[in-house]
Amino acid sequence: MRNRFTVLIIGILIGAALIYFLRPNPPGWEAAQTGASSSIVSVTTPTATAPAATGAATATAAADSTLAAVKARGYLKCGVSQGLPGFSNADDKGQWAGIDVDTCRAIAAAIFGDISKIRYSPLSAKERFTALQSGEIDVLTRNTTLTLTRDTSLGFDFTAVNYFDGQGFLVKKESGITDAAGLNGATICLQTGTTTELNVADYFRTRNMTYQIVAFDRNDETLSAYEQGRCDALTTDASGLYAERLELKDPSAHIILPELISKEPLAVAVRQGDDQWEDVVRWSFYAMLDAEEFGLTSANVDDAKSTPSPEVRRFLGLDSNFGSMLGLSNDWAYNVVKLVGNYGEIFERNVGKESQLGIPRGLNAQWKRGGLMYGMPIR
Amino acid sequence: MVMKEQKAPRPVMFGWSNPKFRGVIYQLLVVLCLGAVIWVMAATAVENLHRLGIASGFGFLNQPSGFSIIMSLIPYSEQSTYGDVFIVGLLNTLLVAVIGIVLALIIGFTVGIARLSGNWLVARLAAIYVETLRNIPLLLQLFFWYIGVLRAMPKPAASLEPLPGFFINNRGIVLPSPYEASGFWWFSGAIVLALLIGAGLRIVAHRRQKETGQVFLWIRISVLLLIVLPLIAFVLKGAPLHFELVVLSGLNFKGGVHLIPEFVALTLGLATYTASFIAEIVRSGIESVARGQREAAQALGLTKSQTLRHVIVPQSMRVIIPPLTSQILNLMKNSSLAVAIGYPDLVSVFAGTVLNQTGQAVEVIAITMAVYLVLSLIASSFMGWFNTRYAIVER
Amino acid sequence: MTQLTLAPVRRRISAMAWARENLFSSPFNTVLTLAALYLIWLVVPDLLDWAVFRATFTGLDRKACLGADQGACWPFVTHNLDQFIYGHYPEEERWRVDTTFILGIAGLVPLMIPRAPWKRLNALYMLGFFPLAAFVLLSGGRSGLNPVDTSYWGGFMLTLVVAVTGIVLSLPLGIVLALGRRSRLPLIRLLSVIYIEFWRGVPLVTVLFMASVMLPLFLPQGVTFDKLLRCLIGVTLFSAAYMAEVVRGGLQAIPRGQQEAASALGLGYWQSMWFIVIPQALRHVIPGIVNTFIGLFKDTTLVLVVGLFDLFGMVQFQLSDARWSTPQTPTTGYAFVAFVFWVCCFGMSRYSMSVEKRLKQGGSK
Repeated sequence: MRNRFTVLIIGILIGAALIYFLRPNPPGWEAAQTGASSSIVSVTTPTATAPAATGAATATAAADSTLAAVKARGYLKCGVSQGLPGFSNADDKGQWAGIDVDTCRAIAAAIFGDISKIRYSPLSAKERFTALQSGEIDVLTRNTTLTLTRDTSLGFDFTAVNYFDGQGFLVKKESGITDAAGLNGATICLQTGTTTELNVADYFRTRNMTYQIVAFDRNDETLSAYEQGRCDALTTDASGLYAERLELKDPSAHIILPELISKEPLAVAVRQGDDQWEDVVRWSFYAMLDAEEFGLTSANVDDAKSTPSPEVRRFLGLDSNFGSMLGLSNDWAYNVVKLVGNYGEIFERNVGKESQLGIPRGLNAQWKRGGLMYGMPIR
Repeated sequence: MVMKEQKAPRPVMFGWSNPKFRGVIYQLLVVLCLGAVIWVMAATAVENLHRLGIASGFGFLNQPSGFSIIMSLIPYSEQSTYGDVFIVGLLNTLLVAVIGIVLALIIGFTVGIARLSGNWLVARLAAIYVETLRNIPLLLQLFFWYIGVLRAMPKPAASLEPLPGFFINNRGIVLPSPYEASGFWWFSGAIVLALLIGAGLRIVAHRRQKETGQVFLWIRISVLLLIVLPLIAFVLKGAPLHFELVVLSGLNFKGGVHLIPEFVALTLGLATYTASFIAEIVRSGIESVARGQREAAQALGLTKSQTLRHVIVPQSMRVIIPPLTSQILNLMKNSSLAVAIGYPDLVSVFAGTVLNQTGQAVEVIAITMAVYLVLSLIASSFMGWFNTRYAIVER
Repeated sequence: MTQLTLAPVRRRISAMAWARENLFSSPFNTVLTLAALYLIWLVVPDLLDWAVFRATFTGLDRKACLGADQGACWPFVTHNLDQFIYGHYPEEERWRVDTTFILGIAGLVPLMIPRAPWKRLNALYMLGFFPLAAFVLLSGGRSGLNPVDTSYWGGFMLTLVVAVTGIVLSLPLGIVLALGRRSRLPLIRLLSVIYIEFWRGVPLVTVLFMASVMLPLFLPQGVTFDKLLRCLIGVTLFSAAYMAEVVRGGLQAIPRGQQEAASALGLGYWQSMWFIVIPQALRHVIPGIVNTFIGLFKDTTLVLVVGLFDLFGMVQFQLSDARWSTPQTPTTGYAFVAFVFWVCCFGMSRYSMSVEKRLKQGGSK
């Protein structure tokens, strides 16, 4: 009898606790939290990013329109890498930075006018495709090479190329190798599941050179094996080589060979069949390119509002309704530039002169300066 | 309820009170629910694949892979198909599993017996071995081995050469590969012959022991034959086995057999880890044989080794084999950790690279899981057969 | 065994005699002893030298650990300790992890001490209240707590989350499966056997791959699961099969008479199972459960391959930090992880052995 009584009391207590703990946050609480965090370095606390219950299944409403779903959800879900300096990398505190991260922020800025409304999913090379296919993420901004197979058989559409890259080799200086021809018979470390693996095979085969591939699942394992002397060379996208060289004990003891053996247009991917969403993603990126061409930066964009230039005024949404054509507000491009910056800014701050990587603009310069970056006209 | 049943003259055939009827309904419900869940998930998957425009089907197995694999037991090149990749991966998995199992058994039995040694120090060392290795995650141990192996070895140019033609460096172990010349078949025939005679001797010896009680040392004679017969063939036929010479050219060695460091690290890691579990199984198996048995055998005048062979081992084997089976299965499944250190096993090249290149997650993962399932079933049925055989022959 | 025989011997004879008896009783034994001593001499001084004498204990970055004859680089561990424990969990919210940990310990300790009272309540707390509180505390978004996305979870905390969730959820599932495997209904039995043998036949790595790259395609459009949640589902389904086998062992140890007696008293199947058989069986299988937990605890390191950063993953992650890259950093990091896991697993296995011993003594009475 006594036993049953205690069980009853405990049951009531647990029930009460349940009701207390599972009660949703009061309305308005979220806004208060969001307002508290500063705007530019946004992801300090993930507070503002996830109003819905983490860890639980979340059903997105209006499945047909990704844009509507993102707006209803209140945040954007971006797929990024598990750590590639310059492109997408989390620091000690879990804050993301990089050119891919900024590309994602540009989209969030265009939609919400707030770059903190993002949830990042760090993905391995293997997981990234399923993650996009299944809707776990809205957009894949993770150094992914645009190829025909991926465009067709995976159910993706690639929107814009945010970095033109090529595959290169990193070797130890003491090995005496100075060009790719010297790699005959070499053992090469690389990360599996990338186009890299196929390019190496093609390159060596067409030149009748022998080689051995040691393929690892993760970036850091690949680098560690190279450093331990397992391989003569490490291969990945040239930008990646610059980034990884920094992580070596003595970066100056390694050189990047001059040859690039492939074209690696790193592009932003979305699911096939949602044209509106594709447009939003594509034009959010072009806005950064155009801004650079117009000379608009996050610092001067406010002043530019008084400009007489018709194309800048159109761009900023002062005399146009391009925003509503995309399903966004009319100051979408202003928000992109104000909150994220133009392409030149994000390039320099993440991989260029202002960063540790120090990669020259090269192919990624504006078309007027001999590069391939060509912002489509917003009109 | 009990009262009610007593009142009823006979159980109703289709009533709720009939346990048989109830059982059928329960089963039907469970099967229906399960079927519904599976059907819904399958339908969803098919619909998703279709809607998203993802390729499906097993046609990709015939497409050329386009990438190379560092270690392959069958001829393989970039032009080979994804189906070939599957076979390469499977064979690599099996190779590691088989060698790992043999090593693990040897180490495990040694350590297990050492734990029961009368030598205090040896017993303690064995205990430390067991307690250390089995309490540390295997993945971590593999990394240890991998880094350890890579660190300990010199660069190719400064290779160790313990025997002429053998090279050890951080690209692996390079052995001269044997290849057959004329008369090779005589040599291998001699080995087979020796094995056959050994098996015959065993039967004869057992029969004679049963009838007359005389012990015939068939093992020693068989081993002797196994050495002598091939040697005779080898000499008579003028050394038909040649070795391909290994030469260092440029960055790497040409010719010979390469044992890549990933293979060495994975095999050693798997074997030493599993051995720590096997040692415990062996120990408890031997301890399970009552002390009286040993004393009785001694009283009958059996020597120590005879006691071990005829009394202790057969009885403890019956205790040892079932858990040993699951350890061997574990080793096989754990070989999938190869993916972490870059050894090209099934999970690494097939569920890894192929999955990435084709993007056909459902097919690839399903095939991989099916393979492991089949391997487990084969291994466990083999061990089951072994177990019954042991139980019957040695009463 | 050795313990028992040693005790009386030691009282009677001198150290020399003990050594003669236990170390040098025969030529073969002498050789063994010498070989063992040589082995110890080879390993122990070097190890100590590396871990203590040549090691660095203080420092702010890699410069501290670049000596010519450098041993372990411990500052790498102390400097990153917070991340090894909490992952990228926001600093100002880490008290929530600590609270969860304390709540767990508070429930676990009295549960493990056999003499402590209120066992049933305690179990209810651990299986009902604690998981709920832990979920709310860690993920937030309720009761005024800030939400913390699971992609920020990591380190030892994630190790514990995966292992504890796996074991807590797989226990009920395992019991149902074990009952199913012993059921008199052939279809139920068949399905249980298929389930158990399937999951026991495949490696955990493939299960995790399945959960991370295949499972999402089986969900209706628009429904997505968190990556951690998918991983937990995989781990739970996997360990439920092992748990079922452990529980089945316990069920077999309960004489049929118990169940027959229960049904003679008028208890139905579920009643007799719930009140009579399962409580007894569970007591028998505590060591088995602990051993399954140890296995699962070690296996949590595999979540690394699907890109979740548990303790080991976090250490790996930090190893790629240029500020700490020295030749000794990886070995130091691995040694630290090995030590943490070893302490936890060894402790648990000792506990399970003591329970086993107590059960045996109880059984022989």
